Amino acid sequence: MRILKFLLRKEFLQIFRNKLILRMIFALPVIQLILLPYAATYEIKNITLSVVDHDHSEYSRKLINKFTASGYFLLTDYSNTYKQALDKVENDEADLIVEIPEGFEKDVIRQNESIIMFSANAISGQTAGLAVAYANSIVKDFNNDVRVEWLPQSRLSSIPVIEITSSNWFNQLMNYKDFIVPGVLALLVTLVGYLMSSLNIVKEKEIGTIEQLNVSPIKKYQFILSKLIPFWVLGLLVMTIGFIISFIIYGIYPAGSFWVGYLFAGVYLIALLGFGLLTSIYADTQQQAMFIAYFFMLVFILLGGLFSPTENMPDWARYLTYINPVSYLIEVMRMLVLKGSSFWDLRYHFLVVSVFAIVFNSLAIFKYKKTV
Amino acid sequence: MNAIELNNLTKTYSSGKTVVTAVDDISFSVNEGELFGLIGPDGAGKTSIFRILTTLLLADKGNATVLGFDVIKDWKAIRDLVGYMPGRFSLYQDLTVEENLNFFATIFNTTIQENYDLISDIYKQLEPFKTRRAGKLSGGMKQKLALSCALIHKPKILFLDEPTTGVDPVSRKEFWEMLKKLKAQGITILVSTPYMDEAKLCDRIALIQIGKILKIDTPINIIDSFDKKLFAVHSENMFKLLNDLRSFENTESCFGFGENHHLTFKDDEMNILDLENYLIKSGHAKATIKIIKPEIEDCFMELMK
Repeated sequence: MRILKFLLRKEFLQIFRNKLILRMIFALPVIQLILLPYAATYEIKNITLSVVDHDHSEYSRKLINKFTASGYFLLTDYSNTYKQALDKVENDEADLIVEIPEGFEKDVIRQNESIIMFSANAISGQTAGLAVAYANSIVKDFNNDVRVEWLPQSRLSSIPVIEITSSNWFNQLMNYKDFIVPGVLALLVTLVGYLMSSLNIVKEKEIGTIEQLNVSPIKKYQFILSKLIPFWVLGLLVMTIGFIISFIIYGIYPAGSFWVGYLFAGVYLIALLGFGLLTSIYADTQQQAMFIAYFFMLVFILLGGLFSPTENMPDWARYLTYINPVSYLIEVMRMLVLKGSSFWDLRYHFLVVSVFAIVFNSLAIFKYKKTV
Repeated sequence: MNAIELNNLTKTYSSGKTVVTAVDDISFSVNEGELFGLIGPDGAGKTSIFRILTTLLLADKGNATVLGFDVIKDWKAIRDLVGYMPGRFSLYQDLTVEENLNFFATIFNTTIQENYDLISDIYKQLEPFKTRRAGKLSGGMKQKLALSCALIHKPKILFLDEPTTGVDPVSRKEFWEMLKKLKAQGITILVSTPYMDEAKLCDRIALIQIGKILKIDTPINIIDSFDKKLFAVHSENMFKLLNDLRSFENTESCFGFGENHHLTFKDDEMNILDLENYLIKSGHAKATIKIIKPEIEDCFMELMK
């Protein structure tokens, strides 16, 4: 115990002497939590709109008004021909063209139907998809208005209408920040836990001190614990800082219990640190370790559902997320922050991450040899 | 009982298709309380021997014992008894002198106070800097701290792998004086060095080359066993002189040694005037020829042939 205590003291001394790392530990959560939720938003506002109105009727004007009033579109151009409008798209001045045909109003009233065309700039597929989706809903809305106007009031409930109103549970306003902030918290814990632990042992290898430790009578478990505990503490510290910042900036705090969150992060960090340890056993230099760690981090995060929902992925990728520890933390963070899930709701996640912890750490202990 | 014993030890490294034999069927033993030197150039296999003896590396063939303990079976016991200072002894650069020493004391289950008398001579010189980070020490100071760290748990045997490489001449001298003091306290020391001048300071030395032992004896015996006459030749154009000497018909070997060339003849009975005439003819009018006493390095060169 005395040796372990001393080994830990040495680790903490080294961490706190490294001013850059110390600053990063505080700067990382602040900067990431400020930048990412604002930058990585899926809501698209200010879609530039080019209108080609061949009809110049009251209806076409109403429709265009509906577009501009929605708040999503910015009418930047009023072209006479489709070709002119296309030029605007080519010059990146318009994202979406709405072409209203001649006789639009007439057709709507006389024949009960007319066709308008949307053309979206699909260089950014996401913008194009959303622009068309927004436009569709606006036209649908317009449709309803026309019907209400033209149907005789007397014949009550003449056409049966099923109206769908949706309510977004757990994130009433579909606030993207509420979705991304818990994910960023998970990212922070992962970054600190995995990267720092995998680099630390390799550093001892690189400067050669591991050789002295290896000839000493310290036990394997003492050495490994002395490497895991400091980063376990740091990981939880960063998470705490993250919670504080997300409350101050976004007013977001877990709807569920903090303790469940910490308990889960605690188990998760054990798994992750085991993985970091495993990485450091295979790497001989910090450069190698960095590269391996970067590879796994990228895969874990991109396939972890931080930005794009895992449900959107093809089957093979979805199966991969089952063995991706990061996806569990992201999910748990969201469930905890948005939904207020209890320990019992998260039992499955706890189980899986505990298995990860046992597997990674036993592998690491098995693979770590006190010989060089 | 011998402090260290090696029997037919062999270690090979393979990288791809090439196999390098670092330690080639080596056997020797070190007596208790002896200061034993492994002398050889880079790549001779010195570090591999150290690593096998300190249980960090497994030999392919043969066996070795340290204080009677087998390096494979009883590695745990050995680790408690030996002090090891690897060639690249690494201290924690970001910890202070005192913290480093304290750290190495603790992992060996002891304290600085307990064995202070052993390191006091060395540590006294470091004490003014004890709050300085190890990374900011000079090379010689680092070696002294490293030695203190290797000694702090009062080992029975000290393994020092090239402790003076990259250290200034004054610090090197001081370092060897410390080793003598440690030896006087009954600690067996196995030290390796590429510097031939340090060989003289050992009780016995083993000259090794490409994994093989060329000779084991006391430095004096090794020098005495040099049975040829040795000459030092000097002239103005040393480079041309070396070539001329080597093409002289009676030359057996000729090597550059600092400011002189060391020369041996095939026939020691020859007349030195023959050489003088030859040199004058070759354009070395001011050449001087002296007979000198051989050094360890001359013996090493002789054995390497």
